[in-house]
Amino acid sequence: MGLNKRDVTLLVIVAILCLFAPFILNPFPEGSAMAQFNAGYPDLMQRLVIFGIFAIGFNILFGLTGYLSFGHAAFLGVGSYAAIWMMKLLTMNVIPAIIISVLVAGLFSLLVGWISLRRSGIYFSILTLAFAQMSYSLAYSVLTPITGGETGLQPKVNDPRILDGALAEGQTPRANLFGLQMNQSYEMAVGDWVFTFNAGYYLAAIVMLIAFYISIRIFRSPFGMMLRAVKSNQQRLNYTGLNAKPYTLAAFVISGMYAGLAGGLLVAMDTQVGAERMFWTASGEVVLMTILGGAGTLIGPVLGAGFIKYMENIVSKINKSILEQWFAFMPDGIEDLLVTLVYPFIGKGWHLTLGILFMLVVIFLPGGLVEGGQRVGRLFKRKKPAGDKPDGKTTPAE
Amino acid sequence: MGILEVKNVGKRFGGLQALGDVNLSVKENSVHAIIGPNGAGKSTLLNCLVGKLIPDTGSVMFDGQSVLGRKPYEINQMGISRVFQTPEIFADLSVMENMMIPCFAKRDGAFQLNAISSIPSQKDMIERAEHMLEDMNMADKREMHAGSLSRGDKRRLEIGMCLSQEPRLLLLDEPTAGMARADTNNTIDLLKQISEERDITIAIIEHDMHVVFSLAERITVLAQGTPLVEDTPDNIKGNPKVREAYLGETQEAA
Amino acid sequence: MDAIILQILNGLDKGSAYALIALGLTLIFGTLGVVNFAHGALFMIGAFCAVTLSRILTFSHTVIDETKKDFLGNPLKVEVPYIYDIFGQATGDVIIDWAVPISILFAIPVMVAIGFAMERGLIKHFYKRPHADQILVTFGLAIVLQEIIKYFYGANPIPTPAPAAFTGSFDFGAMLGFDPNTIIYPYWRLVYFAFAAVIIGAVFAFLQFTTFGMVVRAGMADRETVGLLGINIDKRFTIMFGIAAAVAGLAGVMYTPINSPNYHMGMDFLVLSFVVVVVGGMGSLSGAVLAGFLLGVLESFASMAVVLETLPGINQIIIYLVAIIILLTRPRGLMGRKGVMED
Repeated sequence: MGLNKRDVTLLVIVAILCLFAPFILNPFPEGSAMAQFNAGYPDLMQRLVIFGIFAIGFNILFGLTGYLSFGHAAFLGVGSYAAIWMMKLLTMNVIPAIIISVLVAGLFSLLVGWISLRRSGIYFSILTLAFAQMSYSLAYSVLTPITGGETGLQPKVNDPRILDGALAEGQTPRANLFGLQMNQSYEMAVGDWVFTFNAGYYLAAIVMLIAFYISIRIFRSPFGMMLRAVKSNQQRLNYTGLNAKPYTLAAFVISGMYAGLAGGLLVAMDTQVGAERMFWTASGEVVLMTILGGAGTLIGPVLGAGFIKYMENIVSKINKSILEQWFAFMPDGIEDLLVTLVYPFIGKGWHLTLGILFMLVVIFLPGGLVEGGQRVGRLFKRKKPAGDKPDGKTTPAE
Repeated sequence: MGILEVKNVGKRFGGLQALGDVNLSVKENSVHAIIGPNGAGKSTLLNCLVGKLIPDTGSVMFDGQSVLGRKPYEINQMGISRVFQTPEIFADLSVMENMMIPCFAKRDGAFQLNAISSIPSQKDMIERAEHMLEDMNMADKREMHAGSLSRGDKRRLEIGMCLSQEPRLLLLDEPTAGMARADTNNTIDLLKQISEERDITIAIIEHDMHVVFSLAERITVLAQGTPLVEDTPDNIKGNPKVREAYLGETQEAA
Repeated sequence: MDAIILQILNGLDKGSAYALIALGLTLIFGTLGVVNFAHGALFMIGAFCAVTLSRILTFSHTVIDETKKDFLGNPLKVEVPYIYDIFGQATGDVIIDWAVPISILFAIPVMVAIGFAMERGLIKHFYKRPHADQILVTFGLAIVLQEIIKYFYGANPIPTPAPAAFTGSFDFGAMLGFDPNTIIYPYWRLVYFAFAAVIIGAVFAFLQFTTFGMVVRAGMADRETVGLLGINIDKRFTIMFGIAAAVAGLAGVMYTPINSPNYHMGMDFLVLSFVVVVVGGMGSLSGAVLAGFLLGVLESFASMAVVLETLPGINQIIIYLVAIIILLTRPRGLMGRKGVMED
């Protein structure tokens, strides 16, 4: 496959995790008190891998070139709109929808990138932010005929759908892959456990694996090396006869296409879209995912996306009575105190936890979870005579 | 007709005439030094040659083609490589990667979307980079982080990177500034060896007389933005005009 | 003509808010070299200072009022604000009514303290880190601050009225000789504009006429040289951060009657204020102020019915559009200096 051993191992591990996610994410038996913390249901699993794709793509831009875009949600949104129009006009089959979402997002990011990349640093960030906010505002207001404005878009029974033919009255259009419906699931009961295998999830997971594979290839390619050179020293790059602009633009467009792919898949799984998907907080979220996992590393963004979406699910489900159960073994006064202290960070307080976590990572662990893992790993290795990097500095992880 | 022909170049920054009327001709395969006291316009002249600045007047021809108005990367692709005063390398990349990037730039030009082939499969590029590392005596450091090299090694690496592009003209901007004596001598030896072994023209801007007189075949003395005199090192040494312009500076440098 | 004047007036209050926030952003960027994504949160906290104070002022205790009876004939329980006990009912009512302006006094120390804490506790450690890290950590801080406010005050906007004396509107139309009722402008907006003008004037005067300000300006121009003179520039910059925080906070306090504060108002304003800073020219104080008012007025013109007929939706995007055009044609912004974040 053109990968070295370590990368193949990484890819295989991710593939295994994806394949067995319905088991791994459902550790608690059905009906037990902890069952609500199971994450192995289709909707969440789909989000885990789709946002993984989004973050992998963002990392190709930010992780390699260091250009911090604050507007990538716009490409995700554009991809979503393109996909839903495919479903309205052509067919409910997800393949054309996904392809068109990648293409449209690619074209849009070419335009935005071509303009934004005339500047770098903070100016670039603000330009991308401005573009994204503009797209959001337009989608919400003037472009209502195309975007559905506040209500958003869904496929309707009476849409033309040239390839599918007319639907019978009362039937709802469902996204499918050559007849295999995306919301189709197979449930397997083992003892008290129930595991759900969902068609849509596995489609998204396969796409994610392909996306991940491509990103490894890009990281290991001469192109990837040039992108890291852009981040490291643009002056030297220019005086080495290389034109930084097309390199960064290519990275920008590739990451925009990844975002579009994620947007298309979101629509394939859940056939609706609204403008809020393009809001700048959504752009901020993918930044968070990438940084939290470890920008510039291969696996980091996948970890970050998984971690954030998983924690969001778990943490926002914890409520006061669950907390009280957990701390019930404590003496009353301490129990109350603990509940009061922890309460702001759970349930609706998820964003607070996320914000704090994010600050902590940026302050203490700029390499994200991946660097954290490496540090822990090094702690265990330290007992042996050090064969480590002589400078003792942390180097960006691969 | 030299490989580099600078004619009537002038550059003004606001009220300051940085370059007056500079004429300069660098012969192919020679080592030409440009010296001058601080503020003589050496760096401004260099920046005009590589596309960082555009002169107000005059022309700069490299091998019969004008370089004016071209971007630095285009000028580099014409065959001019530049070594900076403080080594400019890709500090976050490995030594080997540093050496490979100019090899790719030489083969593929200013941009090539080579996103799917893997680096290990680029055998010819690896070979070339390794060869150059050996020439620079840095083969043992190939996996090191370039940022963690010593100053002297960074300089070596930078020169090696420039050479691996097989430039026809190598421009050096005070290549030994801030270096210890031993590193300076090493760099001089390296440059001597390069000029002897390769078909290459070297233009060097330098402050340190020791470096200039050990390397240069011709010397242009720049003072207040205009060339004072151009001659062989021996004649320059005895030239009273140069002494005047340099009084104090030479003693400091010696 | 009257329509144009109306739009200019309408743009002024939003423009004032942009200008005040952008002024603070520029002060921080110019002095500390830090891009502060949490500056919008400071604006928002200022607004909630007003909310907090008006709540404190109406803290009540229950009193049994023997003079009033409910329908069963029992004495009625009435909520009496503590402030009545201190100042008597008449003065108390006035104080409660004037809660927003009074909040200025409350907000200044609070905002300066928050500013100091932020700079000493967090930002200080990021001077030498890349701009991307500064953006990211202040972005994280902004999320945290807004979530804390959300936790204590809820997600819904909290109406915080202006004093009764300012609830009416001023008829500019009549004054300027147009038909009455063509140019109507709420008093409080006039107050806000005047307030913004005073604050901006005060900041500029402070920088222009005090030695402290002189040193800070010199430091903005060339930090290293000033440092070489043996002046402790860092301490002054910390104080400037406090001042910038206070400016943002005061902008927020006075804005509450115009728009009921909610926890995400900071972010909404921040994005636009950044655009303002960029348009004005990174590091240029007068550029920030000018661009703030300019974009505020421009936005207001773009919302005119005539304009919307020909260019639907232009009011939503005009600011971004202008920013993009400016950045591409004049990378330094309207009044940016050479050498400040050129690329």
